[in-house]
Amino acid sequence: MWAFIGQRVLATIPVMGIVAFVVFLLLRLSPGDPAAVIAGDYATAEQIERIRTQLGLNEPIHVQFFSWMGRIFRGDLGVSIFSNLPVTTLIAQRIEPTLMLALVTIVFSVVVAVPLGVIAAWKAGTWIDRGVMVFAVVGFSVPVFVLGYFLIYGFSLGLRWFPVQGYRSPFVDFGAFVQHITLPMLTLSAIYIALIARITRASVIEVLGEDYIRTARAKGQVERKVLLVHALRNAAVPIVTVIGLGIALLIGGVVVTESVYNIPGLGRLVVDAILKRDYPIIQGLILFFSFLYIMLNLIIDITYTLIDPRIRY
Amino acid sequence: MTEVIERPTATDIGTVTVKGRRGGFVWRYPLVFLGATIVGLMAIAAFGAPWLGTVDPLALDPLRRLRPPDAVNWLGTDQFGRDIWSRVVYGARVSLIVGIAAAVLSIGIGLAIGLIAGYVRLLDSVAMRIMDGIMAIPGILLAIALVSLSGASTLTVVVAITIPEIPRVVRLVRAIVLSVREEPYVEAAIAAGTRLPLILLRHVLPNCIPPLIVQATYVCASAMLTEAILSFLGAGTPPEIPSWGNMMAEGRAFFPIAPRIVLFPGIALALTILAINVLGDGLRDRLDPRLAKRM
Repeated sequence: MWAFIGQRVLATIPVMGIVAFVVFLLLRLSPGDPAAVIAGDYATAEQIERIRTQLGLNEPIHVQFFSWMGRIFRGDLGVSIFSNLPVTTLIAQRIEPTLMLALVTIVFSVVVAVPLGVIAAWKAGTWIDRGVMVFAVVGFSVPVFVLGYFLIYGFSLGLRWFPVQGYRSPFVDFGAFVQHITLPMLTLSAIYIALIARITRASVIEVLGEDYIRTARAKGQVERKVLLVHALRNAAVPIVTVIGLGIALLIGGVVVTESVYNIPGLGRLVVDAILKRDYPIIQGLILFFSFLYIMLNLIIDITYTLIDPRIRY
Repeated sequence: MTEVIERPTATDIGTVTVKGRRGGFVWRYPLVFLGATIVGLMAIAAFGAPWLGTVDPLALDPLRRLRPPDAVNWLGTDQFGRDIWSRVVYGARVSLIVGIAAAVLSIGIGLAIGLIAGYVRLLDSVAMRIMDGIMAIPGILLAIALVSLSGASTLTVVVAITIPEIPRVVRLVRAIVLSVREEPYVEAAIAAGTRLPLILLRHVLPNCIPPLIVQATYVCASAMLTEAILSFLGAGTPPEIPSWGNMMAEGRAFFPIAPRIVLFPGIALALTILAINVLGDGLRDRLDPRLAKRM
């Protein structure tokens, strides 16, 4: 098992290297002069030159690449063109709302979706199953920001249950945090719930056809235990996999959701950076999110060996 | 979700074995029919936009700002007095162009890379590692970076959306190639001295087509969604071309007083994506039974 974990950790290194390479190339392969694009339409020659020096664009390309890789290894993601603050500092300032939103969304989605999927599988073919599956297709198709505006329309403007926008830290005022985070959480979790419920249903249905389920029922095991102990545990691997893969969807969704609800997190940081063409921030955040995604999936791969003793590499 | 229907099929991935009998298509494949109908209506809206009771979607009317729906402006007007109905109908064009272009491009490029990766051992591991790397970058962020660097236009939006979609197509094609190349009929073809390009064209390619059609519908839906998100975030279709995403972005500030500016294009977008996904699921059940069983 340790050999597998070691192997798996080593395998992420080339992937991270390629991600860094792709992100590096983005700036260099773009048509036109990147410094001029970043500086905007009304920049003077000196301003363009300053940005070019700041980004190191005057160096030969291989020198640029190795110094860029070296800086990443030291945890340096560059410096914002406008605020002159290191990107890592900006990330640290903005990470709390994003992290909180992502955490409550993941927990809420798993708590809702797994039971939904299990019930749908248990009642496969009935109207309960159909209902869950219709919800899954709709939840997967309704764009995050469209859902966000419908929820604001109904719950904030209509019923006035929740504030329209903003964020409050749970460490300052927990009640206000819950009020502000509920709608963004519902918005962001729809697609995630749909995804997890669908996979849970499919894998539980598959497991329910196995011999050991029939054996468990034959020996008189109560249905609840058949479902939860025998079926769900054996169906866990694909469910956990999709929770990990779905994090990519979640990252995209966070950017949009924060924009809809005006939450000052990493998503807002990206959007503001786009509007100001603050390229080091965009680049740094792409790297940050990609590495996060790779690490989370690494952790999930390793947890397989813990949930499913049959997996021995 | 679509039902999982077990049908007797050949073992090849995606081989079409159930030939439709005459008549009853609607009843036998209601989801395909429903999805296709809505997608068809959207295509009609995109092509026939000038004849569907629309006015110039860019025409300003300062005297009729923020009007509720009435006989003149069927869905009301926005903060500049532009007709929302006309803008929603014309907005279908951008979505349709982006969706189809991204689907065709990513399937074409992915198919080429996948066929090569599946057949040329040396390139395989290199190509697949690059694909792993691209897949690890959240697609929306990659698209945002590409658009913000090369300037917003429909072309850059299409390119920016296509690149993150390619790796999934490559993986799909490569998996099919790897399974098909072990089939006896491919062995027989090799034994008979058939050249590699002909083997790929005659034996491998036909096996790829049904799953790729299904994949194309998903790419199309995902591309439309990404276009809308990019435009909504201000990094997509430029404001002089009405698109559902940039309509929602422009209407945001007026959401509390005129929610329809945001909600109508939102409904159009959600319905279209839902229809394409339903169509894709229906096609998957029909064309790709092995995948259907897994989902």
